[in-house]
Amino acid sequence: MKSKQLYQEVILDHNKKPRNWGHLDAPSHKAEGLNPLCGDHIWVSLNVADDRVAEIAFEGQSCAICKASASMMTTKVKGKRVDEAEQLVDEFRGMTTGSLDASQQNHLGHLTVFEGVKDLPSRVKCAVLPWHTLHAALHAEASTSTEGEEDPVPGSGIAASGS
Amino acid sequence: MSAIPAVKIRSAARAIDVARVRADFPILETKVNGKPLAYLDSAASAQMPQQVIDRLTRYHTSEHANIHRGVHYLSEKATDAYEAARAKIRKFINATEDREVIFTRGTTNAINTVAHGFGRAFVGKGDEILVSHMEHHSNIVPWQMLCEEKGATLKVIPIDDLGQLVMDEYRELLGPRTKLVAVAHVSNALGTINPIKEVIALAHAQGIPVLVDGAQGVPHMKVDMQDLDCDFYAFSGHKMCGPTGIGILYGKASWLEKMQPYEGGGDMIMSVSFEKTTYNTIPYKFEAGTPPIAAAIGLGAAVDYLESIGMDAISAHEHNLIAYGTEALSAIDGVRIYGTAPHKAAVLSFNIEGVHAHDVGTILNDEGVAVRTGHHCAQPVMQRFGVPATARASFYLYNTVEEIDQLVAAVRRVQEIFG
Ligand SMILES: Cc1ncc(COP(=O)(O)O)c(C=O)c1O
Repeated sequence: MKSKQLYQEVILDHNKKPRNWGHLDAPSHKAEGLNPLCGDHIWVSLNVADDRVAEIAFEGQSCAICKASASMMTTKVKGKRVDEAEQLVDEFRGMTTGSLDASQQNHLGHLTVFEGVKDLPSRVKCAVLPWHTLHAALHAEASTSTEGEEDPVPGSGIAASGS
Repeated sequence: MSAIPAVKIRSAARAIDVARVRADFPILETKVNGKPLAYLDSAASAQMPQQVIDRLTRYHTSEHANIHRGVHYLSEKATDAYEAARAKIRKFINATEDREVIFTRGTTNAINTVAHGFGRAFVGKGDEILVSHMEHHSNIVPWQMLCEEKGATLKVIPIDDLGQLVMDEYRELLGPRTKLVAVAHVSNALGTINPIKEVIALAHAQGIPVLVDGAQGVPHMKVDMQDLDCDFYAFSGHKMCGPTGIGILYGKASWLEKMQPYEGGGDMIMSVSFEKTTYNTIPYKFEAGTPPIAAAIGLGAAVDYLESIGMDAISAHEHNLIAYGTEALSAIDGVRIYGTAPHKAAVLSFNIEGVHAHDVGTILNDEGVAVRTGHHCAQPVMQRFGVPATARASFYLYNTVEEIDQLVAAVRRVQEIFG
């Protein structure tokens, strides 16, 4: 596919004006995601209260695909229950790796603009990195670090910690 | 597109007939998204001409057997072809003897062979290894590993804002603890051609040996081991129109004989018993196991090919392309070039303001333009210039001014999309 179809207005807009940019001062969960191939490097921090994502923020250095994906992710999961956020992680990953057809029933909404990356194998990791980082953050046990443990994205490093 | 100023064509002994050269490279006919491919990624891996492909086919069709271990017809044929390739490469780089030319898997493997074989024998606690800030990871990490193992220290020659070695600092860094200097001939991330002869002479004045990472040197210019007088020189076949999986470690026989072999196994031994093994002579001491025979022969064919065009003609052609490309890209607002040394090979590393290099690479690909994006295995260079990544266009003998125009148009397309 042509990248024109990928670099749509909404993606370019979130790249230029990322939402929920920055970090939370005392997050209940946070994780760092790194894609060594591209140098994408982001941090996701969140506050989970009553089993809901009450606050979420991200920052880092990344390409437009990664940054827009992270920005749209934060607006999407804010206020959602943790299990709903996890389901979105699964669906997003499924869509970008081709196992979920975006025209079928799903909860991704606007996020389907990223469907095109499935035809750009070298860019899938960019789009998925924020989601894996979110997943790692949510899975961090309080006061532990998962650094050096399972690597959710082959070839990339994600370190998470909860506090 | 704004008019691009005409470029002074440097007088060359023999100019390249690019159309004829391109006809030798069938892969250049590829269409990408319906557009002609502009292959501007030869610094990562160059393409192979039909002559090399044919040589590989001929080997596989009628000459293949294992080498150095059979008395039969095919084994002798294969051994002859393998050793003939070594001799061609020796002549190409003007080494004194064939046994100074070791077949390796590539530059990385060649450098590791020295880090291991030289490092084990000659580097100890408190010693220093000197590399530069512009090295490829393959000329950093093996030395770091060695230093860690031996309690030695890795020292770094700084680079300036143009991407050149700071020679005054280099002089300061050389000292009685320095056991080896390991520096690139040409930077793959910036294109800088280092004053390698001077680097070598300064080290030798203090009795310090020098390893040159020539991965980006040999493919693009005439390189002469006698003239440089380096102790080790490493390069890769796939960056000089040869196959992957093969490269060369040149080493002065006097060093190679004192070094430990990197790998043990077949072919590298003279005799083996459970009490004692006697190593083979050089170069075989460093060629354990069955080597990539076809690739070595293919590399010999690549050398023949490059010589048929002429290394001086290739350098002159690349010089014209880099001059043209630099002017054309510099003329675009919002494009920044990294590596602006006056003495540069055909590498153009750049960024477009406000756009990450990976997005640049994806959109360029739509326009048929193949560039490398990322840190180019030279993260310290990226850190030096404060960027996470760059896009890199690199040129070789088969590239044309029209392809650079295609790159320039594609860069403008990126700017349109990102507004
Ligand atoms: C300057 C330099 N050194 C070393 C290497 C490593 O070469 P190879 O991957 O063929 O071992 C490269 C290739 O990218 C290079 O450009």
